[in-house]
Amino acid sequence: MEIVLVGLNHRTATVEIRERVVFSPEQARRAAGELRSRGILEEILVLSTCNRSELYGVPPESASDSAAAVESFLASFHQFAPAELNGSLYRHGDRDAVRHLFRVTAGLDSMMLGEAEILGQVREAYRVALEQGATGPVLNRMFQAALEVGKRVRAETEIGTRAMSVAFAGVKLAESIFGKLRGHKALILGAGAMGEQAVEHMRDRGIERILVANRSRERGEELAKRVGGELVPWEGVAAALRLPDIIVSSIGGADPVFTRPTVERAMAERSNRALFIIDLGVPRNVPAEIGELYSVYLYNIDDLTEIVEQNKKARENEIPRAEALIEEHVAKFEAWQGSMEATSLLNELQTKLKREREAFLRDRLEPMQHLSSADREQMARLMEELLDRVVIEPAERLRSRREFRRKLAAVEALRELFGLDREKP
Amino acid sequence: MTTHFGTGALGLYAISLSLYIWYLYFKKRLIGRAATLFLAGGIVLQYFALLERSRWLQSVPYEDLYGSMSLFGWLLAVTYLGLEIFHRHRSVGPFVLPFVLLLSLLASFAPAAAPAFPPAHGPLFALHVTLNILAYAAFALSFVLSVIYLLQNRLLRHHRLGTMFWQLPALEVLERMSRSSVIVGMVSLGVGMVLGFVWASRIRGQFWNADAKEIVTLVIFAAYASYVWLGRTSAWRGARASRLCVLNFIFVIFSYTVVNLFLSRYHRYF
Repeated sequence: MEIVLVGLNHRTATVEIRERVVFSPEQARRAAGELRSRGILEEILVLSTCNRSELYGVPPESASDSAAAVESFLASFHQFAPAELNGSLYRHGDRDAVRHLFRVTAGLDSMMLGEAEILGQVREAYRVALEQGATGPVLNRMFQAALEVGKRVRAETEIGTRAMSVAFAGVKLAESIFGKLRGHKALILGAGAMGEQAVEHMRDRGIERILVANRSRERGEELAKRVGGELVPWEGVAAALRLPDIIVSSIGGADPVFTRPTVERAMAERSNRALFIIDLGVPRNVPAEIGELYSVYLYNIDDLTEIVEQNKKARENEIPRAEALIEEHVAKFEAWQGSMEATSLLNELQTKLKREREAFLRDRLEPMQHLSSADREQMARLMEELLDRVVIEPAERLRSRREFRRKLAAVEALRELFGLDREKP
Repeated sequence: MTTHFGTGALGLYAISLSLYIWYLYFKKRLIGRAATLFLAGGIVLQYFALLERSRWLQSVPYEDLYGSMSLFGWLLAVTYLGLEIFHRHRSVGPFVLPFVLLLSLLASFAPAAAPAFPPAHGPLFALHVTLNILAYAAFALSFVLSVIYLLQNRLLRHHRLGTMFWQLPALEVLERMSRSSVIVGMVSLGVGMVLGFVWASRIRGQFWNADAKEIVTLVIFAAYASYVWLGRTSAWRGARASRLCVLNFIFVIFSYTVVNLFLSRYHRYF
């Protein structure tokens, strides 16, 4: 087996187990060091997030059943009894391990389908391992490919585009009314968590000004400070309605925050500039009849939840396309893993040597006018034979070498030695 | 106009349209760029097709319906491309390109032989015609944009958001695009009208001939001016202004068809 993966995730292990198996970057380094010094793995990378802990590795040639060895190492490293992790762990080898990693970076294995954070986490885990020198040619190639897959899947499918939270769905809606949020203003009513989340999304997207109003002045001030907004006194809300383009309301209590005539007046004052109201309150803060007013767009929490549900389905519909991309890259990885690399190297080497030989002969034979053309040809042939014997034949041996990692190491060395440009992974 | 250029332009427009539709669904930037590129290619080829035709005529091809349609289609494509570049939005392409394609297709059925030499020609007159057709093209574009606006607005107000909804530009962007298109149309219509009056005064000795086309064109100008003004400053902004813009275009169609064919004494196909 060339590649081994042992791990657990939110599907196979309970949170009690997951939180005990988390590796800090420091622990990841230590684990990698120990696995290598004990001869269990030659290349190693630890990927640990709150939903998964996985060890990717390449065992030495002689090792038998390295997966079992990694499993027991994992258990003892986190002080579990040997059988305690049974049923929580999964193990994959070779192609399945590669496919698993590609699915992870594509967000297909995440709790929230298509989430983007995992890509950064994999990149970070790879950086840590690379810095430590724990990875080698196989894992390097595999993780670089995985990061590429993650990027491609997000760029070429819609798996990560649609909003998956109510707050973000509201912000996306605002963008489909106003376009870019830069230059627009928002008014936040109430200090609810979801409202705050919505404001944060808007701030990330460059909203110009945030106004905050809350029944309790103190909590309003706190919120205004947290989100970088200005506090509007609760009594002044009706008057302030002419300012914002977006209102996010999450007030507790049964009384509506404003009435139809108030909003009607405000709309007249703002000469019907579009007003988007996101009502996150339960019971609703804004009477439905306000949504009938000209240029007012009113969405309540149920409307937004429905959008999120639709988005979830839309993301799920993208799974086959993502899987197809993943298979494409798995095949590409396997092709690389085959002898492709060595073959292309030999071709490059031959071309380079031929070029050098010709240039050399041209330069050096120029002054030797006494040589006949037959002599010149003879010399060229001899030189070719010599180069073949000392360089090409040994390199050719690579092709027949069965053990993959040795071959790779040799390939890398040859590239380095002869200054052949590495193909970008 | 079944020249190689004309056929080539048609082909490129067709490819561009399919790329725009592809882009609308999958939002791949590369596909969008390719769509724009093919559109630009089509525009260049159609330009040569028009040039060929105007060499025959020794003037801008306005005399027959085919030529004027081809010119209209070409100017629509040019205006759209300008708008797309200015506003950096491609998702309207799938709705504009069918018109460009249709116009060029109809124009390609023109008889190959050169039509009769037009009685009125000269650079001033040619410019007058071209500018007015450009204005119609720009108004056609604002019509398409306003229809999309109304559609989007309806979906948004009734909380019916399908896949398509998320792919189209935002309401405010559509509004801005429509307005800038109308402004382009008004400027060229204004200049075109003035040139027309100058031309009329040369030929007939007076600026104003009370021709039906002159009257209708002034009405159109006023209607679009009120759209720009109302859509910006008053309670009409938003959906109402867009409805007005759609309505205005009905005047344009009226002017292009009924007035040209039956009412006007001096204006025929343009």
